[in-house]
Parts: sequence; structure tokens; C-alpha cells
Amino acid sequence: MSHTDIERPDAESSEVSASEALLVEPSRLSPTRRVLTTVLRSRELSIFLVLVAVVVLATAKNESFLFSSDGWRNFLLNPSILVLLAVGQGVVIITRNVDLSVGSVMALTAYLTGRLFIEQPGLPVVVVLAACLLLGAVLGLVNGALVAYGNVPALVITLGTLYIYRGIMLTWAGSDRINAGDLPREFLRLGTRAVLGVPILTIIALVVLAAVGYYLHTARGGRELYAIGSDPDAAVLYGLAVRRRVLAAFVLSGALAGLAGALYTARYGTVSSSVGNGIELQAVAAAVIGGIAIFGGSGTVWGAAIGAFLLVTINRALPSLGIEDFWQRAVVGALILGAIVLDRVLAARQARRLAESRDHA
Amino acid sequence: MKFHTRRPTALAAILLTASVALTACGDDGGDGGDSGSGGDGGGALSMTMLPKNLGNPYFDTSTKGAEKAAEELGAEIEEVGPEAASPDAQVSYINTVAQQGQDALILSANDPEALCDAIDEARSADVKVVTFDADTNPECRDLFVNQATAEGIAAKQLELISEQIGGEGEIAILSASANATNQNAWIEMMETELAENPDYANIELVDTVYGDDEDQKSFDQTEALLQNHPDLKGIISPTTVGIAAAARYLSDSDAKGKVALTGLGTPNQMREYVENGTVESFALWNPEDLGFLATYAAAALVNGDISGEEGDTFEAGDLGEFEVGADGVVLLGEPFTFNADNIGDFDF
Repeated sequence: MSHTDIERPDAESSEVSASEALLVEPSRLSPTRRVLTTVLRSRELSIFLVLVAVVVLATAKNESFLFSSDGWRNFLLNPSILVLLAVGQGVVIITRNVDLSVGSVMALTAYLTGRLFIEQPGLPVVVVLAACLLLGAVLGLVNGALVAYGNVPALVITLGTLYIYRGIMLTWAGSDRINAGDLPREFLRLGTRAVLGVPILTIIALVVLAAVGYYLHTARGGRELYAIGSDPDAAVLYGLAVRRRVLAAFVLSGALAGLAGALYTARYGTVSSSVGNGIELQAVAAAVIGGIAIFGGSGTVWGAAIGAFLLVTINRALPSLGIEDFWQRAVVGALILGAIVLDRVLAARQARRLAESRDHA
Repeated sequence: MKFHTRRPTALAAILLTASVALTACGDDGGDGGDSGSGGDGGGALSMTMLPKNLGNPYFDTSTKGAEKAAEELGAEIEEVGPEAASPDAQVSYINTVAQQGQDALILSANDPEALCDAIDEARSADVKVVTFDADTNPECRDLFVNQATAEGIAAKQLELISEQIGGEGEIAILSASANATNQNAWIEMMETELAENPDYANIELVDTVYGDDEDQKSFDQTEALLQNHPDLKGIISPTTVGIAAAARYLSDSDAKGKVALTGLGTPNQMREYVENGTVESFALWNPEDLGFLATYAAAALVNGDISGEEGDTFEAGDLGEFEVGADGVVLLGEPFTFNADNIGDFDF
């Protein structure tokens, strides 16, 4: 590459289009321009703009959508549980796997939360949260072990554990319900209290998001997850600890689903055996809409989190805009299809560009 | 290659163990049933109470009522039942009742059809059969004690909401699923009543939304209702899941105290919200009265006071006189109202 650099006059090199430079040799651009171009061209930004558009539309129609204290709180609070699940799901999908059991894991820890408080009323909240994280991590470990060492596709394994975990939940809880009256006030307040206008659940979700996002972006382990997802066989040949990394991704997803279960109980105050039915698909949808490729290897958890916000906010906004229930679901479906089509188009364009610049060089 | 052959086996073993463990967990019913209470020689009435399942607070309450009635009547009553509410689980208990030669069986049926053969056998052994809470087909039992009629439920809810919003303003309904037959029947009756009853002339039903009997969806629908109808004064939720979710939403929103909520709920679900002032009152039948009435009805049948024909009347202690309606149905009355004063007396 340096060879071509020398042959080219300086003036011409600065005229090379930013997109091509970013693709072929990012270091040719100045750092500021590089960051700016990356952000402007990112999938995260486009999905964020869709989110902004939805919020603006809904607020124009009904001011209280954002500018009442309830509206503002709900805007931040409602997506926080899905954000946790989408972050875990995002990490798993990046490794070219999927975790369909998160809804059942969430149900188990939501019920565990209630049972712990009923049987040990004085238990500190932190202990309960830790217990839920732990149970979630163990259930995730089972998934991860079966996927990593069983050589069976994650789709099949986690579909199986989805039913097994839900079955355990049904046997354990039966027709029993956890009611708000069974839970300590202090714990229920956790579900709605805010610090400086930001609900605590949202803060928890954002802290988790920041930690995982930073790790994926900068740490060696994080980058290896992308490498594994891009080409699992190559990752093995290269000597990456594929099994350990995949196992860790599933443990993370399980633990976050466990935490989400506890927070669900704090937020909704009622737990029945149907908690979290179908939420695993919302988590996958959030990740895909947010730009994580379903075949792994690309995308960010920031995108997944914005996808989760978008999904929940659309569901809140569409009734306000007077759109019927059926169409609300159809809109979500259209978003998913749109995201996947966009993904294929961008991938094809990128491959063509790379080929062109190779020929050019 | 060795690894490749061994791993799937290990995997299969794990899956198999898990499924065996699961089936084992799901199958522990069937004990605690057949403690024979002995004969009925002494002249005292002997009755068996068979709820849908044991350990269910709702039925614990109805049994409490039945025991109270039995005490007043000087009868013996024994509660038996399966751990899980499945139709076939009740059959063995019904057979036992027939073999013991009990005078009466009071049951809440897990299935309208499946229990009929067993009940027929018991009735041919001269056992009087009264259903409560959930009926079988009318021809298999002697009497059904019905907790409430659709008209009664619809009228009660309108009465409560009208009282709470001062007789005027916008109201909305938070229902279960859009195709739930009983919900739709109630909603239709409420709509007719709102249109026809001059007392409700100033109340306008502005929206009906569906929470699908899911906590989270009902919760979100409550939020949407409040957002879309800023002048909303009250919400009726004729489903226990819906009313609890709506109460949870209201209890920590700005609308607490401004938007009234009523509907059908259970005291355990609603206690928190009644105590913190989110909900003033809500309705449901009182299972204790239901068990009490069913026991009196069974005693009246055994003693020959009534035969279960339409028009027969009998006394049921403090609850007063009841008349048997068409199809052998006895109606408990209008739904019971729970509020801050009485909610502490109930645990179901």
C-alpha cells in the first residue's frame, strides 16, 4: 500500500473520497474527519434519526408524550428492561449465535425475586439483585456450554431451553402470582424512582450498556467476539479461544436477562407465569433493527439499545397517533425487514467497493 | 473425531435428564385425598367439598364459608381436592365420595363434560351434587350456585365508577382480549346501560382497549389511555389482571387520585392499591358467601326441602332466602364490593 502512496501526488490523495478512504485505508484521513465520517455513516445514526422522528411526530400530536412528567419518565423507563435484554442478545448475535431463552430466564428470576421477598421479607435489595444475576448467569452457562461443547446450533439449543426454563417456571409458580402487596415498598420504588429526572432503571440499563459497549469496542476479548462472528472457522484456525468466548457471551446474556427479571418485578409489581412470553423476539428484533447483522461479526450494542428504544417508543407512539393494534405490529415487522434489506444492500455495496478499490490499486 | 462422537451423547444425556426431572416435578398430585370420614349413620349430614385445586386462596375462602354453614347446620364437611386444577384429577375424588356414601358433594368443576360420568355414578349412589363457581353440564348435577350474572357484573361496575367520578365525565374500559366472550358480553351490557339509563347520561365511554390479560400489555394500555384522553375521569377493568396492572400504573403516576379505577379484582392483588388510595373500591363475588350458600343448598337437597326444580325456595342462614332459577341455577346475588373498610377481612 505504501508503494501506491508514493506514486500518487499529494494533491490527489486528499481528494480521495472519504468513504473510499475509510473503507480501504482509514489512517489516511485526519482523526476528526475519520470519527465524523464513521458517525455520519453509521447505522446507529440512521436508526437514531428514525427514533427522533417518531418522538417528534408523537409529541407534535400530543404534547404530553414527552413534555409531561409521566411522559418523560415513561419514555426513559419503559425501554430499560428491553435495553438490557438487547445488549445481551446483541453480544450473542455478534458471535453468530442467538439466545432465545432470555424471556424464560427473565420469568424465572422475576418469580425468584418475589419468592425471596415473601420468604425473607427483610432481605436487602442488593442481595436479591445479585441472586437474580447469578441465577441468570447459571442458566446462560447451561446454554453456552451446550452450544460451545455440543456443536449444536444455538437456535436449536436455546429454543429447547426456552421451553425447559418456561416449564420449570410453570411447575414452580403454577397458578401462583406475586402481587405488589407481597413486595417491600422500597423495592417497588426502585422501579419508578428517578435521580435528576432519570429513572433508576434507565440508569442501570445505561451503565450496563456503557460497560459492555466499551468492552466490545476496545478490549481484546470484545474484538475477538467480532472475529468469531465474522468467520468462526477462521477464528479457530487463528487460535482464538472460541469456546470460552462464546460461553462468556451466553453467560452475559443470561445474567442480563436475570437482572431484567428482577427489574421487571420492581417495575410492574406483578409476576405471573406468563412474564416475558415472546420478549426474546423483541430483543432479537431490537438488535437487528439497531444494525447488528444476524449472521454476526458486525454492529454495536449502542445500536441494539437504540433499536430497543425505537421498538418500545413506536409501541407507545402509535396508539397516540391513532393507529390500530394490528398496524402497530405490522410497523415493527416492516422495520425488521427494512433493517435486514438495508443490511444486505450495504454489505453488497461494501463488497463491490472493496473489489473496485482493489482493482484500482 | 472421538470428541465428535462423544459430545452429542453427553448432550443427549443432559437433555434427557432435564426432561425426566421435569416430568417428575409435574406429577406429584394424588395424596391427601382419601382420609375416610367414616359412615353417615349418626344422622348428621356428611358432605364433601371438592374445589378445583387445593392451596388456592380463592377456594380456601369458599371452604371457610362452607365450614361456617356446616357448623350452623350441624353437618360434617370435609375438603378434598387435587394439587393441580386438571379435569381428570377430580374424578378419583368423586368416586371416593360415591363409595363412602356421603350425602352430598359440593364441587367446582374443572371441566363441564369430563366429570359427568363420575358424577352420574355418585348420584346413582344417592349423593346430591351441587356445583359452585364453575358448572358442569346442567343435566349432570342437581344445582349450580352461580356467583354472579353478566347483568349484575355490568351494572355493579357502572354503579361503582359513577359513584367515584361523581356521575359525569369520560370513562374508558380496559378489557382482556378482544375475543373474550364474557368480557365482550359485559362491555356490551355496559354500553347499553350507559345509553339508556338516565343516571349515566353525563358519562361518556370514550375508548375500549385490550390488555390481553398480560400484566405488561395492560400496563402499557393504561398509559396509552391516559395519554390519549387527557380528560379521562375513570377506568373500568373487568379483568383481574387488567385492574391490577392499571392500579400499579396509576399508583405512581400523576393521574393518581385524579383518575378513578374500578372493575373486577381479587383483594390480594388489590390490597396495596386500596390501602395507598389509588383505588377506592372494586367488585367481585365473595367466595366465602359462595361456599356458604352452596352448603346450605346441598343440605336443603339432602333434607328434601327442595328437589332442584325451578321455583323451589330455601333459606341460607344470614344470606336470606334463595330461589332456584331455570336449569337448576341459584344466583348468589349482585357482586360484592371491596373497599378500604373490608379488604382486610379477605385473603384470596
